[in-house]
Amino acid sequence: MLTVNDLSVNYGVINAVKKVSFEIDEGEIVSLIGSNGAGKTTILKTISGLLRPKNGEITYLGTNIKRHGAPRIVAEGISQVPEGRHIFPGMSVKENLQMGAFLIKNKAKIKANLDEIFERFPILKDRINQDAATLSGGEQQMLAMARALMAKPKLILLDEPSMGLSPIFINEIFDIIQKINQQGTTVLLIEQNAKKALSISDRAYVLASGEVKMTGSGKELLANVEVQKAYLGG
Amino acid sequence: MQIIFQQIINGLSLGSIYALLALGYTMVYGIIKLINFAHGDIYMLGAFWGFYVINEWHFNFIAALLSSMVIGAISGVTIEYFAYRPLRHSPRITALITAIGVSYLLENGMSYSFSSNTRSFPQVIKQHSFDVGGVLISNIQILILVTSCVLMVLLQVIIKKTKMGKAMRAVSVDADAAELVGININHTISFTFALGSALAGAAGVLIGLYYNSIDPLMGMTPGIKAFIAAVLGGIGSVPGAAVGGFLIGVLETFFQAIGLSAYKDAVVYVVLIAILLILPAGIFGKNVKEKV
Ligand SMILES: Nc1ncnc2c1ncn2[C@@H]1O[C@H](COP(=O)(O)OP(=O)(O)OP(=O)(O)O)[C@@H](O)[C@H]1O
Ligand SMILES: [Mg+2]
Repeated sequence: MLTVNDLSVNYGVINAVKKVSFEIDEGEIVSLIGSNGAGKTTILKTISGLLRPKNGEITYLGTNIKRHGAPRIVAEGISQVPEGRHIFPGMSVKENLQMGAFLIKNKAKIKANLDEIFERFPILKDRINQDAATLSGGEQQMLAMARALMAKPKLILLDEPSMGLSPIFINEIFDIIQKINQQGTTVLLIEQNAKKALSISDRAYVLASGEVKMTGSGKELLANVEVQKAYLGG
Repeated sequence: MQIIFQQIINGLSLGSIYALLALGYTMVYGIIKLINFAHGDIYMLGAFWGFYVINEWHFNFIAALLSSMVIGAISGVTIEYFAYRPLRHSPRITALITAIGVSYLLENGMSYSFSSNTRSFPQVIKQHSFDVGGVLISNIQILILVTSCVLMVLLQVIIKKTKMGKAMRAVSVDADAAELVGININHTISFTFALGSALAGAAGVLIGLYYNSIDPLMGMTPGIKAFIAAVLGGIGSVPGAAVGGFLIGVLETFFQAIGLSAYKDAVVYVVLIAILLILPAGIFGKNVKEKV
């Protein structure tokens, strides 16, 4: 579905991502794991069109999208849930969700998506008119995911959805990710919580200082000694 | 007592013009964090356009007002496109200096092309005053107040209810997140300039009617005062700009009324210094905290 080939991304002269290649098939959950500064967020932002690659190709459903801007990529069916949530403060939960459907013209469709979201995230329904900035961190994360889902993406990019959440909330978030996936959305997941991420992933890539170091199925990597040492706390 | 009411009426009329201008400053600041020093000059362009079409094409008030809003919008969008857009990712000071440059260009360009003479603005509407319990209210004042209020309500509706308005708010608070839901940043910024500059164009025609005189440098002082009004209200806040504009207008008129005409401008600058010291975020501004 998505093929990233030889991708390099620079910030000025800093080379943050170096010749990274990976692919995601339709229906999969694929994880990118790696320590802080490995280049994970940079890769996601490049796929979603916020950053321009220096080199390499990003092919999505047969077309090269590396020159497409972010709004166009959203229209093509890729939605990103950014690191740190980035909900719209000063707007209510409902308005935030409606912004997620910005490119959908049909009002009835927006309404249907909204109903579906409220079914999946009942917490958000209870807080429908609350200013999004006053939600708890976990609720904001749910809102950020729900907002991305409002666009009905074919591929969702999740950047550290469990960051800063309590264990119960983390479990809930991972449950939701699996459910989204079962209902047909392909998932690219970035996580510090490597154990959890690998346990729900079909495949995963291990990144370090801007390069892919290892790849395999979620199970294989969980069992891998090196991965255990570096990312699973021994 | 009558004198006080009289000054309040006069102050509100002038203040509504500052408010219209302040809205443009605050919206543009909200979305690209630029203090658009050329904003006062768009108001001047609006006044000159009004002057021209009323004299030459015999436009009535409404036609002159609407067409100078269109001219204002076109000028604002053009300036943003050519002068500010290429500097979007440059340091803020670069864009700020460019804005000052654009302002000089418009002022001197107009002086050079059409002479710097002061012209008397054609009175499309005959002025007459009503005596309400000793307070004199002119039809022009009522027109200014009503027009400004209608425009401000309209603006509020656009910002709160329409898709572009929501896109503006989204880009203002978080441009990356806005892009990630599919909002086109460039279109949204153009739209913001169009709205703000249309209000400035309208303000130009209204001030022409009120003071009867226009000249190429007429945008400088009101521009700065409207900027102060925006800071007073809390820069970035739309209701703040409206309230700040009215307050500055009333303040200025009061100082004029108590015989301190010579200090009426100075007092506005003192207000700026005072806000920056006491209430840096302005009346409606908030110090935004981010949740991590
Ligand atoms: N805007 C920027 N300007 C310059 N360098 C940047 C910028 N953003 C990121 N970098 C650098 O690029 C490298 C990769 O950053 P990135 O955010 O992609 O890491 P990450 O893998 O997402 O890390 P984390 O797990 O901490 O979020 C880092 O060394 C970082 O300092
Ligand atoms: Mg990151």
